[in-house]
Amino acid sequence: MQITSQTFKANTVKALADVELQRALKHVEKGFIGKRQKAADALPEFEALRDSAMAIKQHTLKHLDLYIDAYVEKVEASGGKVHFAEDADHARRIFLDIAKRRKAKTVTKGKTMISEEIGLNAFLEENGITPVETDLGEYIIQLRGEHPSHIIAPAVHINRDQVEADFRKFHVDLDPKRDLVKPETLLSEAREILRRKYGEADIGVTGANFLIAETGTSVIVTNEGNGDLTQLLGKCHVVLASLEKIVPTLEDTAQILRVLARSATGQEMSVYTTLSTGPRRAEDQDGPEEYHVILLDNGRSNMLGTEFEDMLRCIRCGACMNHCPVYHAVGGHSYGWVYPGPMGAVLTPSLIGVDKAGHLPNASTFCGRCESVCPMRIPLPKMMRHWREKEFESHLQPTTARAGLGLWAFFARRPTLYRAAVSFAMPALKLMAGSKRRFRSLPLAGGWTKWRDLPAPEGRTFMQAYAQSGHARSSGRGASK
Amino acid sequence: MTINGVTTGDPAGTTVPEVPTVALFVTCLVDLFRPSVGFAAIKLLEDAGCRVVVPQSQTCCGQPAYNSGDREDTKAIARQVIETFEGFDYVVAPSGSCGSTLRKHYPELFADDAEWSKRATAFSAKVFELVSFLADVRGVAAVDAALPVTVTYHDSCSGLRELGVRDQPRRLLQSVTGLTLKELPEADVCCGFGGTFCVKYPDVSNAIVGKKTKHIASTGADLLLAGDLGCLMNMDGKLKREQIGVEVRHVAEVLAGMTDTPPIGGKL
Repeated sequence: MQITSQTFKANTVKALADVELQRALKHVEKGFIGKRQKAADALPEFEALRDSAMAIKQHTLKHLDLYIDAYVEKVEASGGKVHFAEDADHARRIFLDIAKRRKAKTVTKGKTMISEEIGLNAFLEENGITPVETDLGEYIIQLRGEHPSHIIAPAVHINRDQVEADFRKFHVDLDPKRDLVKPETLLSEAREILRRKYGEADIGVTGANFLIAETGTSVIVTNEGNGDLTQLLGKCHVVLASLEKIVPTLEDTAQILRVLARSATGQEMSVYTTLSTGPRRAEDQDGPEEYHVILLDNGRSNMLGTEFEDMLRCIRCGACMNHCPVYHAVGGHSYGWVYPGPMGAVLTPSLIGVDKAGHLPNASTFCGRCESVCPMRIPLPKMMRHWREKEFESHLQPTTARAGLGLWAFFARRPTLYRAAVSFAMPALKLMAGSKRRFRSLPLAGGWTKWRDLPAPEGRTFMQAYAQSGHARSSGRGASK
Repeated sequence: MTINGVTTGDPAGTTVPEVPTVALFVTCLVDLFRPSVGFAAIKLLEDAGCRVVVPQSQTCCGQPAYNSGDREDTKAIARQVIETFEGFDYVVAPSGSCGSTLRKHYPELFADDAEWSKRATAFSAKVFELVSFLADVRGVAAVDAALPVTVTYHDSCSGLRELGVRDQPRRLLQSVTGLTLKELPEADVCCGFGGTFCVKYPDVSNAIVGKKTKHIASTGADLLLAGDLGCLMNMDGKLKREQIGVEVRHVAEVLAGMTDTPPIGGKL
């Protein structure tokens, strides 16, 4: 997938002017937040569950090598195979080997962000294999030739009218006069078309919300049931997952599941939670003939033991972006790669490099709402700040900003000079502003005054006024140090 | 004692005298743009039985450098602040954002420096945001002020989420004679200021503050209050540009009954 994180600013200008997108984004703002709050309020132990879920992941990450070994052993004992993929290219090659061996023509897909991360669809098409997305949102954006703009609601940037138009455009075999006004009719139409695909598929691809070391099981959490059909009806099941999806036990999985759906959609549980262990056994009625797990690293193991390790606790619930004022304003595509919102602002620089994704950790007000709702209590603003530190150390920030900051810091570290400068500047600014007490524009303040007036200073600084006030003289409390 | 998840009282294991000495951390924005807030803070602290000192060698908490990734300059500024302020019983700032930098972030900043880590931790325990200090530490339940207008209140992010400032300003505002408090829809959502964010990403910041001003206008309030000058200047600037006639002040001005100065950014 083409990376456009470098042009984040231009992306946001486009997004802000996109009327349809802005209409769709209102649903993120209105929908998810209240539902999550209600679900959290309804569960007295919700905060305690967050703590225990976090502790499980922290523990796992500290001993990830051991749990991966245990997981691999169990998968292989159940007749499956685990393939380690160092990076996206490696993962694609592994997949193609499996596909070629199976002489695959069609691949059905449940929702997987790792597939986006490795650019699987485009790669399959290049190799003459047809990928069919079966999650409704993913199906819609596949028709449109787009990428997900949200990690759990991939088509959240599209509204109902656009979907209707797309279905009429692409489903040309159907009656052009059919009634598609109700959202349910759109859903039935997609279901009708997709049902035919599952059985024909040579390979069914899913992601994984969890990989359980104790049992060698992959777990998917869905609401549409498409993931189940994908992995059961395809002749070969390939799980695409990154290595931090490992959890030690079934019990741990159950713990984390209790915060996952509540944080994501406000459901107590998603409609389907499906556990898959190995291929079909002799006594099984159905199931795939082969079961493969492609375990992707792609830069994650480099995060272990660093200030970014906490990010690997992420369970991809989307709560951070659902609560992010920047995401609400500009949507997921502005972030320019697979992972948007606050979690993307931390993860993307780790995976594709801060030189390409440098805007993302900067484009945050540090309002902290993401951290306050993260079920895994990932300190997202703190880690964005770590990225800013890395950028500062490598001189990746714009020279003007750096020079301005340097000048400011020079004065801030020298109180006497600082005092002299501001004691002159503030009264002068007040005079310039005049009786309106604000500026519509001001040299060097264009970033501020483009959209806002700038309130003028009252006049003398507080320190000047205080030194001259009766208060300081009468109490003698002024210059203590 | 723990209030809103913040441990207070008896800072650094020393006994606080009956009339504690509070060093006012003025904050750079109040110093430069809105001295009235500093005087209001002094009045409120003195009314709450404190002796107030204003150390002269203060500039800024270092947050602009900290949030720009300049850790070395931040540390230099933080050392300066700690040296200047650590000897007082309490350090109080009329800002949740600067208060949080001093209280929450200074100890993190020196995590790998044993000596300064100790000093920063001891110092941070003495730091409070003004309104929560009055209510939680000094037990102020009512203020001596009157203002017969309808106000609405915005929760600034750092104060709200890092220091637990939420009910305290509302409770004290209810005690202002004649004042009616109208809740702001989505009061806990960021105003889009974000320090340098608002000038680095002006278009995104504008979209966020544009939502905020719509909510402010929808309350029908005469006056918008908050506890952080950065947010106030941002929201005021947008209200003025949109010709919305809601006036803007720091909450301390109203609580201190010091509203003679024209509002932030003047009147429309």
